[in-house]
Parts: sequence; C-alpha cells; structure tokens
Amino acid sequence: MNRTATFLAALSLGAAGLPASAIAQNEQFVPANFYWVGPYAPGGSGFGGGIIDYMAMLNERDGGINGVKLTWEKCETEYNNARGVECYERSKKKGPTGATVIHPLSTGITYSLIEKATADHIPIISLGYGRTSAADGRVFPYVFPLITTYWSQATVMVKYMAQKQGGYDKLKGKKIVLVYHDSAYGKEPIPILTDLSKEYGYEFTPIAVPHPGNEQQSQWLQVRQIKPDYVILWGWGVMNPTALKAAAKIGYPRDKIIGVWWSGAEEDVIPAGSAAKGYISAGFNAPGADFPVMKDIQKYVYAKGKGEFDDKSRFGSIYHTRGVVAGIVTAEAIRVAQSRFGKGKPITGEQMRWGIENLNIDEKRLKELGAVGLMPPIKVSCMDHEGSGLVKFQQWDGAKWKVITDWMEPDRKLVRQKVEDDAKQYAKEKSIEPRDCAKEN
Amino acid sequence: MLYREAGQFKSTYAEDQQIFPLRQDRIAIAVLLAFAVFVLPLVGDQYWLSAIVTPFLIFSLAALGLNILTGYAGQLSLGTAAFMAVGAFMAYNAVLRVPGMPILGAFAIGGLCAAAVGVVFGLPSLRIKGFYLAVATLACQFFVLWAINRIGWLSNHSSSGVITAQSIRIFGYELASPAEKYLLTLGIVAVMALAAKNLMRSETGRAFMAVRDMDVAASVVGIPIMRTKLLAFAISSFYCGVAGALYAYTYLGTVEPEAFTLDLSFRVLFMIIIGGVGSILGAFLGAAFITVFPIFLNRSSEWLAALFGIDISHAAVSNIELIIFGGLIIFFLIVEPYGLARLWQIAKEKLRLWPFPH
Repeated sequence: MNRTATFLAALSLGAAGLPASAIAQNEQFVPANFYWVGPYAPGGSGFGGGIIDYMAMLNERDGGINGVKLTWEKCETEYNNARGVECYERSKKKGPTGATVIHPLSTGITYSLIEKATADHIPIISLGYGRTSAADGRVFPYVFPLITTYWSQATVMVKYMAQKQGGYDKLKGKKIVLVYHDSAYGKEPIPILTDLSKEYGYEFTPIAVPHPGNEQQSQWLQVRQIKPDYVILWGWGVMNPTALKAAAKIGYPRDKIIGVWWSGAEEDVIPAGSAAKGYISAGFNAPGADFPVMKDIQKYVYAKGKGEFDDKSRFGSIYHTRGVVAGIVTAEAIRVAQSRFGKGKPITGEQMRWGIENLNIDEKRLKELGAVGLMPPIKVSCMDHEGSGLVKFQQWDGAKWKVITDWMEPDRKLVRQKVEDDAKQYAKEKSIEPRDCAKEN
Repeated sequence: MLYREAGQFKSTYAEDQQIFPLRQDRIAIAVLLAFAVFVLPLVGDQYWLSAIVTPFLIFSLAALGLNILTGYAGQLSLGTAAFMAVGAFMAYNAVLRVPGMPILGAFAIGGLCAAAVGVVFGLPSLRIKGFYLAVATLACQFFVLWAINRIGWLSNHSSSGVITAQSIRIFGYELASPAEKYLLTLGIVAVMALAAKNLMRSETGRAFMAVRDMDVAASVVGIPIMRTKLLAFAISSFYCGVAGALYAYTYLGTVEPEAFTLDLSFRVLFMIIIGGVGSILGAFLGAAFITVFPIFLNRSSEWLAALFGIDISHAAVSNIELIIFGGLIIFFLIVEPYGLARLWQIAKEKLRLWPFPH
C-alpha cells in the first residue's frame, strides 16, 4: 500500500510539476526535432547540432535577430514517422508565436507532416530531402524542399558522368546502375534516371537493397555481372560503408561510384576504411571549419564551453555544416519576414512562410554571412520552392572530403516538367486549387 | 466490498449472458466510454488527441487482432504489420478506384483483403506450430512489403511508393479536425473491441481456446481444426487490416510501405506479451505501455531537468530512456509473466474483500 501511494504521489508530482516556464515575449521558437539515437543518429545529431550551433551563435554574437532571441527545444523522433508526428504536435504551440518552421530531417516524416503543417500554417523546410514535387509552390504553399531536390541531383549526376565521358553523346550504350535503399527515399530518382536513359541512350538498371542494408553481397554480384560504367549509390546510414566494402570485394573501382548527398558524409566512409578511397559523392554544402561563419561558431559558442558536440572532431563535418546551412536559411527567412511584418518582433508561421518564399541569399549576402562556398546562392519564389538546384561533387581521399567541381546546374526543364506533373496529380487527388503566383505579395 | 456480485440476481438468460455480467463493470465501461466520447474531445488539446490517444487506440486494435490469433487461438504470428499494410493500401485503393465508396466501406474492404491474405498465409498453420509457424508468417511480412514496393498499381504508381490518404467523408460531412478523427477511431475501436470480447465467449472463441490448449484433444471433441485455425487467421487479420487503414486515414495521413516493417510486428507482439496474452483488456494495456510510456518517459526527463535545473545532454537522455524502457519490460515480465491484465485481475480479486480481508 505504502509503495503504491509513493508511486502515485510521484506520478502526480510529475504531472503537476510541469514547470510553467516563463515565456518571454520577444523570442522566436524553432523546434529541434531530430534524432540522437538509433542507426541514423550520426545524421540526426550532426544536422541538429549544426542548426542549434548556428542559432546559439546568432544569440551570442548579435543578440538574436534584430533583438529577437532564438529559442529551441529538442525532441527525439528516432527517425520514426509516429514519433516525428508526436514531436511535431508537441512543439507546434510552444513559444510566443508557436513553432516558426519545422525541419523534419526525414523524408517519411516530411510526407506525414505535409498536410498537418499546411493546415496549421507552419512551414516545412526539407533541405535536400522530402517530396520533390513540393518545389511547385502553387500546390504546396507551406512546403519548401530548399536548395536542391533529389530529381535535380539525379540530373546533375548524369551530367557529371557525361562530362567525364566527354559529352552527353558519349553516354550512348553506357551502363549505369542505381543501388538504392528500398524505401520512398531510395525510389525517388528512378523516374528521372529512366527518362534520362531514354534521352541519352544509356542502359539503366535499378537494384534495390532492403533496409537497413547491412547485407549487400547479392546486389554487388549483380553489379559485377552487369559491369556498369557507373554506379549511383542512393544509400542511408549503415548501408553506405557496407556498399563501399562490398564494391571493394568485387573489385569495382570506387571512383566510378557516385553517391547521393546522404551517402557522402564522413560517417559514411570512415567505417569502410581504405575501401572508401576515391569514392565520389554529391553535396549541396561543403565541409570545413575554415569558413568565417564556422569560425564565429567556434569563437562565440565552442570557446565558451558550449556547443552541441562533445566530440570536437565532428565540428565542421558534412552533417554539421549542413545543419549550419539549415540554420542560415532559417535565420535569413526570419529576417526577411521581420523586415516586412515588423523588425524586432517574433513572427508567426504564416509570416515565416512569406519570409521563406521571398528569401534571396545572393553572393553578396553569402559574403556577409561568411558562407561563400559553404552553400550555393538561393532565391525562392512562389513558383519555385527549391530556390537553387545547384550541386557540387566531392571525393574522399582517405582522410577528408575534397570538393572536386564547382556548383553544377541541373536539367531544370526536365525536372520542372516532372515536378509540375506530379504536383498537378497531387492537387487533383486532394482537390487543391493551385495558387495564382501573379497575385502573390 | 466495492467489487462484489452479491445482491445482483440474474433472472433471465439475457441477463446472464451479458458481455459484462457485473453491474460495477457495466458502470465502469459506461463511464469510461462517456469520458472518452464527451469529455476527452473537449479537454484534450490537439496534441493529446492526435499524437497520443488516437495512435494508442489504433495500436490497441492491432494488438487486439494479434491477441485473437496468438492469445486465444495459440498461433504465433509475426505478420501483423503486413496485415496492417494490406488494410491501409487496400482501403486507399478502394476509395481511389470505386467512385462514391463510403469510408467505412473502404475500411471494411481493407480489413477483408487483409483477412484473405491472412487465410492464405495461415494455411501452413495446419501443419506446423509455434516458432516454425512464426517463420512462415515472417514470409508473409516480407512478401507483402515486397509486393507493395513492386506492384505500382497498389500505390497508384506513385514514384516513391507513398500513398496519401484521401479525406474522410461520412454522408458528405468531412472529418478533418483531430477531435473528429479521434471520435471516428474511438467508435470503430470500441465496437470492434466489444465484438471481440463477445466473440471470445461464443462457441467460436471457445473453439479457439480449445485449439490453443491442445489441438488433438480439440479435434477429438469435434472441433474442425482447419476451419477454426483459418477463421482465427481471418478474424485476426481483419482486425489488423482495419487498424492499418485507421493508421493511414485517421493518424498519419500519409504512409509509406516502410511504416509497416517487421519492427512494427514485433512491437505489436510485445504489446500483447506485456499487456497479457489472451485478454482483451491486455491488448489495451500493452498498447498503452508500448506507445504512450516512451513519450511519458521522454517528457518526464524534460520536467525533471526543468524541476532541478540540471542540463543533461540530450543524446544521453534519449539513450537512458531506451535503457529504462527495456529494464521495465524485463521487470514486468519477471514480476508478472502473465501481463498487466493479470495484475488487474488480481486487483479485482482483492477488491472483492477490501477493506475487510479477513
């Protein structure tokens, strides 16, 4: 009896003891719903660490954005759709104006949130993941697959191969294999790569790797039979180093393997050891601790003993700088929204939506931010929620990622056509009336 | 004292055969349902309704389905998530391809398709038992996901294999708010749970239990083994299929096949093991423990941190949660191997005498 009473008392204490945190009015709340446990933790904690580090730096260096401090709260999604939705529901009402913007950091969670967030008027930024056709802002007013999408990336990969071969006409008769994570994420590039194979006459074979991808012998035996000129690796988490090791085992040259940007971080190649040397991957952000913005984070956050990483060697890694890029677009969009709806005041989700839609980070602004080369310039509009589409390639030299190309342009016409077709079908299914972009602003 | 049947006389067969023969039980269920229907939608905010209670109800239904098969009929299955996937995708296709399809009809079609798949993959149960059967149902799990990934028709040729649930309309009225979706879920789950409770007291349910306890003896007393086992698979899969359709329509709204991995099958299996094998209440208790408790742990770490003003690294907290959760599962299994439902039963027995135990 006694024990039960204690337990009940503890329980009620826990429920009643919800500390009513004093909400300061001049704060902008950005949820930090990422993942710190599970097989995908390196990506979640790195990206999350980057975005939080950047916001902490703004608070320390500038006192927030025009005096509005940025606040955040972490929520563990475990890269699991159900938990992601729970975190979203939990965080959307926090802060004086609710959640400003949400970074789901999972294609699956993004899909689950598209309708909910649209109804709640909270914009989603899916930076380099999520639903590609959301780039059509007329149908998806609240979803922003910023910087670049999977389909843009697929076209740039083919372009890169064509450059290596000496022109698109040289692709004829070549063999390209896609080794992909068998999920919504992995299947995204298949329609584009199939279309391009018809246009340029290469032979295209997709090979699926079941989740989580730590067993790939039969897939790579198939690759050995096909003898492709290039392999595109569309992996995630543990699948990446396993693929590189399997490729080494069958003797497939690593510099003919081109990875997606979620296959191109330090965490993806270091476990593969020497098998990863020479491997190439795409990226929309560069790694490194020498960008002025990274130095500021070092100076204002880490030098004061704060910062998200206990392991300092992760500072400036791919995932970390990608998170910083996410922080930059978030903060810049808040700035844009404030310039219209009132400087020095927290903005709402709707105002943030306007801010992201009118975001324009050009070379000059990148220089002011100290992020030249870290990310491409980006200009978002009502029609185009992608904003850039540019992709770089990098190569692993055994110790670090080396950027080997400049920003490369995607095949905008083809991608846009596909995006509009898909968005149109979605609009039809959901009976959404697309916005008229001429009437915006 | 509180919980006694003394003074409650049954003078008709109907009274004797009620689902809840005790007045106290009837009152408790009525109060609980009234609370769930009238009070919760008013006091619960969107977070509670759409992120906690609705998934809890849906997983309860799935656990209930598995409990019919594993707990009552004794057939171990690892295909729960696959049956849910069939339910979700077929309900989607029913609405998509049949003009004017009512949503409840679509849920029923999803459930029936899942039942059909369940019967097919239940066939091996006629020859094999126990762990071997679990392996056979594992095949179902992999086959269904493979089929959904490969057959474009099932996801309406979506390039990523993701389906987006259509809006829910009943007689032209659109259910859009979390409270409305919650009420729909609650209605379906309550009706199906009462049906299951009743079914398990009927001839069918008794046949299930006879087969579970000893199938040779059951066949000797004249229970058709094949029919009973396949019926168990069909009913169980129907429940899981409806749960899957609800998962897509009233909870997430958008589903990818990867939502229904083996991992989910295991979770539902853990729900019934922890809740209580062979108990309707157990399915609910187990679902509450597995779905709601991790969230409670997660939030309580927040409260603790705020209460004592300590700042613990978030990665450490996330890992500690998993450790505590795993530890509690082992604790409960050691203390009460028959599940949380058994604890409730013991409590009821004690309440008969309380507060005068001697």
